[in-house]
Amino acid sequence: MLAKRLIACLDVRDGAVVKGINFGGLTNAGDPAILASRYNEEGIDELVVLDVTATIEGRLALAHTVGTVASRLFIPLTVGGGIRSDDDAAAVMDAGADKVSLNSAALADPSILGRLARRYGSQAVVVAIDAKRHADGYAVYARSGRAATDREAVEWAREAESRGAGEILLTSIDRDGTRSGFDCALTAGVSAAVSIPVIASGGAGAFDHFAEVFTAGRADAALAASVFHYSEHAVGELKRYLKERGIPVRI
Amino acid sequence: MIALIDYGAGNLTSVRKGLAAAGAPLYTPGAPADLADASAVVVPGVGHFSATRALGDPWRAAILERVNAGVPLLGICLGMHWLYEGSEEDSQARGLSLIRGTCSRLPPDRKVPHVGWNTLVAKESTLLKGIANETYVYFAHSYAAPAGTACTAFADHGVRFAAVVECGSVFGVQFHPEKSGSAGIQILKNFVSLAQPR
Repeated sequence: MLAKRLIACLDVRDGAVVKGINFGGLTNAGDPAILASRYNEEGIDELVVLDVTATIEGRLALAHTVGTVASRLFIPLTVGGGIRSDDDAAAVMDAGADKVSLNSAALADPSILGRLARRYGSQAVVVAIDAKRHADGYAVYARSGRAATDREAVEWAREAESRGAGEILLTSIDRDGTRSGFDCALTAGVSAAVSIPVIASGGAGAFDHFAEVFTAGRADAALAASVFHYSEHAVGELKRYLKERGIPVRI
Repeated sequence: MIALIDYGAGNLTSVRKGLAAAGAPLYTPGAPADLADASAVVVPGVGHFSATRALGDPWRAAILERVNAGVPLLGICLGMHWLYEGSEEDSQARGLSLIRGTCSRLPPDRKVPHVGWNTLVAKESTLLKGIANETYVYFAHSYAAPAGTACTAFADHGVRFAAVVECGSVFGVQFHPEKSGSAGIQILKNFVSLAQPR
């Protein structure tokens, strides 16, 4: 039976892992290669490295960081943040990423999804959608949650799928960093609208949040950062918790 | 030396790294003639079945010559599909026909593509030596081979499909051993151990 995936996110700035609250107030939480190998040993299913600075200097450093993280890792590795062009995507794929995650670049030019899918396969193309609740739905934001777009989350998810995205990394801006739980209504709405897997992100704070997003939220995978960063054995304990509740996980 | 065939279907960095971790000295043949000294052949690949059209008649002949000489061949994901007669994904493209049958799309009652960790239900298998039954491995695909001829382990995603096939010295895995943690590396080691030193 296909397992629900737990994905650890390493928000990286200038080669060091940081964790933000509502995309701001960044504090340092460790060396990405050390954290990556710890997660691997703990049984994490996948890793995402997100470059939260995405300056030109930072981008060159990112390929180095990806190479270091990937060197001893035999689980899927996704890299996002600052992937603006086909060349940026190629640089991180060549450095050892298995998937690239595109957000603002895909909103600016959706055809990049199809081009990367043709080059690397759809399984390598993740579209990251940052969504914020409004009166009658969820609006998509670009530029790390700073710029509103005229797109709705479900409509953009469908278009991204049709253009070649193989997975959706769906972040609730409202919940990000709050540790108050995933936005299950947002996740379920998008998951029901597409046939590709949806990764829920933003708001993980307790084990029951994961159980909730895998059931009511219809998520195929859940991504978190600080829940895993600050507690050793969190991955194993969380998996046992989920298994006891009948949710299939890889143990 | 193990020949890793690069025909442009996706990025080979991870496969290269996984085979290196399994202890395999590797090379990427630039032309079919370079296969003459291969002690084993690996055909990786992700994406659309039409990508296998890049493996034209000279490549097919060179790979079949190695297979006929008893050299182990491993197809991974799309490379496994190519071992069959063909795939619904591109009915005009020909597979190697080393294994009978064609690959078809996974049924739509589950999410497709099938992405993530799923369990192997194994029978007697050379590739899975030392791997416990129901071990999780990482999949990413929309098409699959039938769990019939030559299938030594299946997985289930709305339908049972072939996760591992073995037919003489010809092997195929639907999942990505290079992304399947320590179990995946063990499976690659099992394959590498079959390669004849030359």
